[in-house]
Amino acid sequence: MEIKQVFRTLSEASGVSGYEQSLTSLLQESCPWAEEIRTDKLGNVIMLKKGNGIGPRPKVMLAGHMDEIGLIITKIEKDGFLRFGTIGGFDQRVLLAQEVVVHGRKSLTGIIGAKPPHIQAPGEQSKAVSMEDLFIDVGFDHQEQAEEQVRIGDIVTMKRDVLDLQGSFMAGKSFDDRAGVAAILECFKVLSQMSHEADVYGVATVQEEVGLRGAITSTYGIVPDIGIAIDVGFGDSPGLPESDTIKLSQGPGVAIGPHVHPEVHARMVETAKEWNISFSSDPSPHPGGTDAYAIQVARAGVATILLSIPLRYMHTPIETLDYEDVKRTGRLMAMFIAGVDNEFVEGLTCF
Amino acid sequence: MLLARLTEANGAPGQEGEVRDLIRAEIEPHVHEIKTDALGNLIAIKNPDAQGPKVMLAAHMDEVALMIVGIEGNGFLKFRPIGGVDPRVLVAKSVLVGSKKIPGVIGSKPIHLQKPPERERAFTMQELLIDIGAKNKEEAERLVKLGECAYFTTKYEELGNSKVKAKALDDRVGCALAIRLLQEEVSFPLIVAFTVQEEVGLRGAGVATYQIRPDLALVLEGTTASDVPGTDEHKHATTVGEGPCITVIDRVSIPHPPLVQELFAVASEEGIKVQVRRNTAGGTDAGQIQLSEEGVKVATIAVPCRYIHSPVSVMSKNDYEGAYKLVKSYLKRLQEREASK
Amino acid sequence: MKTVIKQLTEAFGPSGYETEVTGLIKTMVEEYVDEIKTDVLGNLFAIKKGSQDGRTIMFAAHTDEIGIVVTHIDDKGFLRFGNVGGVGISTLVGNRVRFAGGAVGAIYQEKGSWKELTIDKLYIDIGAENKEEALQKVKLGEFGIFHREFEDLGDRLIAKSMDDRVGCAVLIDALKKIRNPKNTLYFVFTSQEEVGLRGARTAAYGLEPDLGIALDVTLTGDMPEARRMEVSLGKGAAIKVKDSSLITHPKVKDLLVNLAEENKIPYQMEVLEAGGTDAGAIHVTKAGVPSGAISIPTRYVHSPSEMVDIRDVKACVDLVVALANKDLTSI
Repeated sequence: MEIKQVFRTLSEASGVSGYEQSLTSLLQESCPWAEEIRTDKLGNVIMLKKGNGIGPRPKVMLAGHMDEIGLIITKIEKDGFLRFGTIGGFDQRVLLAQEVVVHGRKSLTGIIGAKPPHIQAPGEQSKAVSMEDLFIDVGFDHQEQAEEQVRIGDIVTMKRDVLDLQGSFMAGKSFDDRAGVAAILECFKVLSQMSHEADVYGVATVQEEVGLRGAITSTYGIVPDIGIAIDVGFGDSPGLPESDTIKLSQGPGVAIGPHVHPEVHARMVETAKEWNISFSSDPSPHPGGTDAYAIQVARAGVATILLSIPLRYMHTPIETLDYEDVKRTGRLMAMFIAGVDNEFVEGLTCF
Repeated sequence: MLLARLTEANGAPGQEGEVRDLIRAEIEPHVHEIKTDALGNLIAIKNPDAQGPKVMLAAHMDEVALMIVGIEGNGFLKFRPIGGVDPRVLVAKSVLVGSKKIPGVIGSKPIHLQKPPERERAFTMQELLIDIGAKNKEEAERLVKLGECAYFTTKYEELGNSKVKAKALDDRVGCALAIRLLQEEVSFPLIVAFTVQEEVGLRGAGVATYQIRPDLALVLEGTTASDVPGTDEHKHATTVGEGPCITVIDRVSIPHPPLVQELFAVASEEGIKVQVRRNTAGGTDAGQIQLSEEGVKVATIAVPCRYIHSPVSVMSKNDYEGAYKLVKSYLKRLQEREASK
Repeated sequence: MKTVIKQLTEAFGPSGYETEVTGLIKTMVEEYVDEIKTDVLGNLFAIKKGSQDGRTIMFAAHTDEIGIVVTHIDDKGFLRFGNVGGVGISTLVGNRVRFAGGAVGAIYQEKGSWKELTIDKLYIDIGAENKEEALQKVKLGEFGIFHREFEDLGDRLIAKSMDDRVGCAVLIDALKKIRNPKNTLYFVFTSQEEVGLRGARTAAYGLEPDLGIALDVTLTGDMPEARRMEVSLGKGAAIKVKDSSLITHPKVKDLLVNLAEENKIPYQMEVLEAGGTDAGAIHVTKAGVPSGAISIPTRYVHSPSEMVDIRDVKACVDLVVALANKDLTSI
């Protein structure tokens, strides 16, 4: 199975935080390597690939979040235009003139509009159009017509097909963090050719963008020994200082910081070197903001690490990455997992 | 001296090894069991099988520090704070960097080359670099790894009227109290969690509490004191020399009111001078401990410290002794109550 | 029902010190429930057992209210204070506070402009002439609340701490109306919501319900030049879609909407852009609890004059009662 194609389909599907259900069946069809696939009460998709160790096997949890940021309808104007708020962090400046899908009683195409520039007051054009002044135009003429199709609280996603750029570069929406989910599938595929002792729980988590919520509950349920969060990291791009970014096409960023277990980090780096998988060192003094933060403090604590796939233009509909980095991340995790045994896990609580 | 050894050890959030090893050596003779967990919390257990309430004491081992996040072409080290640090306190300080304890200084542009308005502006974190004297990037990379931390070089010293100055009194003073209290004989199970990563979001305390399942917990802290010139009295929060403080509310917890009342009662009966912590900001491990599972009775007892989260802080030895006496008396009272049951 | 709301809103219960409120609620509901208990955080649990084939529902309404805490008493007997929960500076000046021991005081400000007003520029005057006299009335570290009476304006009611005593009143009224429910119902009167959804978190951990529903106030947008918000007073119970603590589980949202439609209960959809409720804590408990919220539209939230419409309150009661007997196998 071509996982790149699965990634493309996942990216183009909609799954705003709390509304990820449509991705569940896609994933169920796309992961032939797992013996068991289930969803939990919040909607996390848990794909289990059993290890061949005897007795109590180590448990490794891989977490990539499948939710994307989106918009939510807050008001229907008299003339049929729709007002909206956000779910997750959008930069209001990227919204103007985007095409969207309003998930009403049926799916409707809409345009995000604002007052045209030629009727704006002098000076106004140098300011960003604020979220309050934006609206969605779905082509309705009055409120009653809109209300037949759309209700307050309906979800809106960006309408954007994946674009293939030069080489293995791709651009599209919700690569954050469907790329992480794709990396889990890549990992499973590699593992299916190998022998590994540990049980591997690949989790497509929900509601990361609004507070790491799916990771909190799925980790509580799984009780892993090791947690690997796979998210996207700031890729090198104009205007960003080198020390705040990781380079595209050079493999994942391997985080080091309070949310990373030192032994897991050491083994991950060793594995990358042994298998000649490129990676960047990613010092992270502020540990929050990814599923690793939630996984680490579940129950009695979990040894965690964060791998970041370099990505440009985060939280826009044209997020850009090198698919080879997704593959490298999947392969690195697989090689790491192949080396996890009970002895290694027992050592993780010895400080 | 215990407090000197503790404050001169280094332990950034997530890198508490040096402090942990020191504490482990101190407490080993006095406890029945010592364990660590996946985050690096050090959990010491006294009387694991005894009857009576399971009492937890908590003190955090980590301190704010500077993480090396980049090495410039000319060998200077770029850093970011780990935990809350005001960049203005960093200028012209000496540090030790990483596991090899490489000496370095935090440099800035000389005053001669600054235009007068420039001197009015505070340095930002981005403008400050650590100079270890490396000739180039390659030499620096041999000595320091990305992700390692730099620490202030401040020595513990006694000064003035029963005061001490040291770095990291927040919360090595709590660690010192807990170590001393573990030497007490008690009849009930007493468990001390020396926690990790308090400074980056109370990370260690929650998982420690989940393992301990205490009936009640006392958090031992070093807390901010603003009793300095130019500060209105109602903004002092705590006063150095006026005894340990008892928290009634902070940003993350409202300590268990009956337990708080009892601590005040113990202080008054034993003639221990105590103060109410008079600020609603700040947070301690109590926030995580209180909300563990179905809830835990919790209180925070803190020693006032001036200039916390800076290279050097100041506290009073009398407050430190007062905190020790307060907790000891409370534990004794608990024991008597159990015996009379 | 208005009497219950009056009694509850006039009670004293800043976060962490809710015992007067929970005591009052206990006397009101005791005879209608199968079990009643409290826990370490100060939550009150009133439990009504359901039938064998039912599920478990946790309903949460918080008993605490925002308030202040005394941080300093000066030589002239004036008090300085900090906030307990989200207290708006603009609602404080000229307002009155009351302490547990009965002392009452007026809040006023130092000289200076409104724009730069911060809480440490405000003080409380309890009528003491010096520190000693003040100390006889209040202690350092003592908690206080807004001092304000309940007003009945007809359909509309004004009081302090409608947030969330009106939610408590909804649960109390529902408890009286529900006989032999299908589902087992945990009515939890939670503590410390205003300081971070704390009581609900430990309560839900112990209960591990199949469904979590918070009853709390929400904001409205139907006042002059108000911030855009499509919730109005008098248009029915608000079914929450999201706030900053929770995205209502879509199945729970649909369940509530269908229930309202089937029973002809007036309702409106709520998208709250900032603010949270107990359901935010409940839904991330253990391995997850599908959760939602039924909100009482309220104007001027976190001021001493919070306004609700009794018709909305009754709609919320009807929705809770209907849910008690609903088949939950779809969740």
